[in-house]
Amino acid sequence: MATMTIPAHDLKGRFGAYGGRYVPETLMAALEELEAAYAAADADPGFHAELDGLLRNYCGRPTPIYFAKRLSEHLGGAKIYLKREDLLHTGAHKINNALGQGLLAKRMGKQRIIAETGAGQHGVATATVCALLGLECVIYMGEEDMRRQELNVYRMRLLGAEVRGVASGSATLKDAINDAMRDWVTNVRTTYYILGSALGAHPYPTMVRNFHRVISIEARRQFLEEVGRLPDAVVACVGGGSNAIGAFYEFIPDANVRLIGVEAGGRGTALGEHAARFQRVGGGVPGVLQGTYSYVLQNDAGQVSSTHSVSAGLDYASVGPEHAMLHDSGRASYVSATDAAALAATVTLSRTEGILPALESAHAVAEAIRLAPTMGTDQILMVNLSGRGDKDMGILSRELDLQGATAKI
Amino acid sequence: MAIEFRTKPGIVAYLTAGDPDLNTTRDIALAAIDNGADVIELGVPFSDPLADGPVIQRASERAVARGVRLTDVLALAKELRTARPNCGLVLFSYLNPVVRMGMKAFCAAAAEAGADGVLLTDMIVEEADEYRAEMAANNLAPIFLAAPTSPDARLKAIGEASRGFVYAISRVGITGAQQTIAADAAELVGRLRRFTQLPIAVGFGISTPEHVQAVGQFADAAIIGSALVALIERSAPEEAATAVGRFIGSLRANPASPAAGTL
Repeated sequence: MATMTIPAHDLKGRFGAYGGRYVPETLMAALEELEAAYAAADADPGFHAELDGLLRNYCGRPTPIYFAKRLSEHLGGAKIYLKREDLLHTGAHKINNALGQGLLAKRMGKQRIIAETGAGQHGVATATVCALLGLECVIYMGEEDMRRQELNVYRMRLLGAEVRGVASGSATLKDAINDAMRDWVTNVRTTYYILGSALGAHPYPTMVRNFHRVISIEARRQFLEEVGRLPDAVVACVGGGSNAIGAFYEFIPDANVRLIGVEAGGRGTALGEHAARFQRVGGGVPGVLQGTYSYVLQNDAGQVSSTHSVSAGLDYASVGPEHAMLHDSGRASYVSATDAAALAATVTLSRTEGILPALESAHAVAEAIRLAPTMGTDQILMVNLSGRGDKDMGILSRELDLQGATAKI
Repeated sequence: MAIEFRTKPGIVAYLTAGDPDLNTTRDIALAAIDNGADVIELGVPFSDPLADGPVIQRASERAVARGVRLTDVLALAKELRTARPNCGLVLFSYLNPVVRMGMKAFCAAAAEAGADGVLLTDMIVEEADEYRAEMAANNLAPIFLAAPTSPDARLKAIGEASRGFVYAISRVGITGAQQTIAADAAELVGRLRRFTQLPIAVGFGISTPEHVQAVGQFADAAIIGSALVALIERSAPEEAATAVGRFIGSLRANPASPAAGTL
């Protein structure tokens, strides 16, 4: 198998030109404290033993790779395997990172946790970890997302978290991050911010990726042991990009494994209608948002654009800086799936495999549905099924009813 | 350089450019200068002002909604420089509009507009090599922020990287008026003095003559932001300049009750 060098990031958290630290000075001491604490924890076998134990016994790792035989036959091309992050406790990959950072916060002696959430999956994971570890928890969530994901709002409250609605801007994930950062700036001495994606100022993109690396560490081993070879392509949805970077990372040196990120194509290609930062026309350009330098959807005056996706978790104007580097270097390619394609993929996967994907993950499934028939039957395509769709029932029933699709299926 | 604090404490007046509209901002700035502001800090409105509290956030949203752009703010700066050649003029921005224009192009344009300095909220000293080089090439003062949470090593770097003045954040938190000036501020200014000869201006939460007088006990200047923006928000556009002029004029008057500005 041909290999490539894993892209390096330097001590300032650079991924090629991207990443870095662009924050108000008030946060710098906290970021430096976090960087040191994370480095110490990462070097401590005791920390990893505790994390690994909880990932196994509390969260349900390792998650299987499942051969989706009926879906593969239905499409008539590559064999599709699903990496079942949807089977994790709380229903999504987000628990990997929330648990890792929660243990780190506890180790740092921080008793108050804040987090932001879009679709609610990271909020639920954080609220869960706070309950488990006995930490105070405040979750910021855009009011539009609270409306879209009311079940998850209820789950967070049931778990003991305070959910604070954010009405500013587009009332979605970006605005929730702004308010979480405002809280952090104000309460930085006592509060730990569990950022939910591989975003933000250094060390977050590196740290969050490392907590999700377990996805590709497991998958790589599982493919070699159970299938006898690596997949030809790995497909994952990309909002902030945490599940995708976790699914990609250990495969980066394997030059024969294509890495494909799927962004939210929304309703169309015009600015404001999608969240496809890497789209050639109407996509993002490099800029600074919320602490990091990466691709940002913005107008020509540098004002950050509104976005649209049927899935709250992909509805974000920027993207993790490591993805920006993988995009520019060509090591990963980034495509998009529309709202309609994601909804159709949800129905297809449910009907062929009895697996209801999260709307975020359905974007990756949509790309697999498009791609598999172009590949040979001897080829293998892994889809990172980042989360399950229970949370999306309200949206699904509304959207599919609107299309008259529920009646048809 | 026209960044100079002629009386102690000096007054820096922050205005979100384009709120309620660019012409009114010009009139307000002129009134502020004519009533004793030493430096005007002209804020570039941004869609995601994460270091700002609700008052400046709302002003920024209104100005962005009106389509106010960095180029408009530069044009306004030029107008102010022409009208008042001797006042201090600082551009205040989040990074993204500047990055979008290009750092080199922005620094050249800022100098051409007659600005004396630039303050970028989310630019820390470690990331500032290109910015500082371009600022120096255009004879502009890069103004960095210092926070109560900044350890001494960072204060030293901030002091060394800054020109014009150093912006000391009075408390841990976001912008917005408050009742008293936190003891954090005096402690921070005391630590900063060991690392810089530059004037030190204190901002965040300063809203009354008592606060200004209190800041004058230990710093060179007071920065008034949210209090001005809130005054503009509640004034009719045609009355905003007069209201701001009167307010700025009142800031150095002897307070009736010095005890109100407890430290």
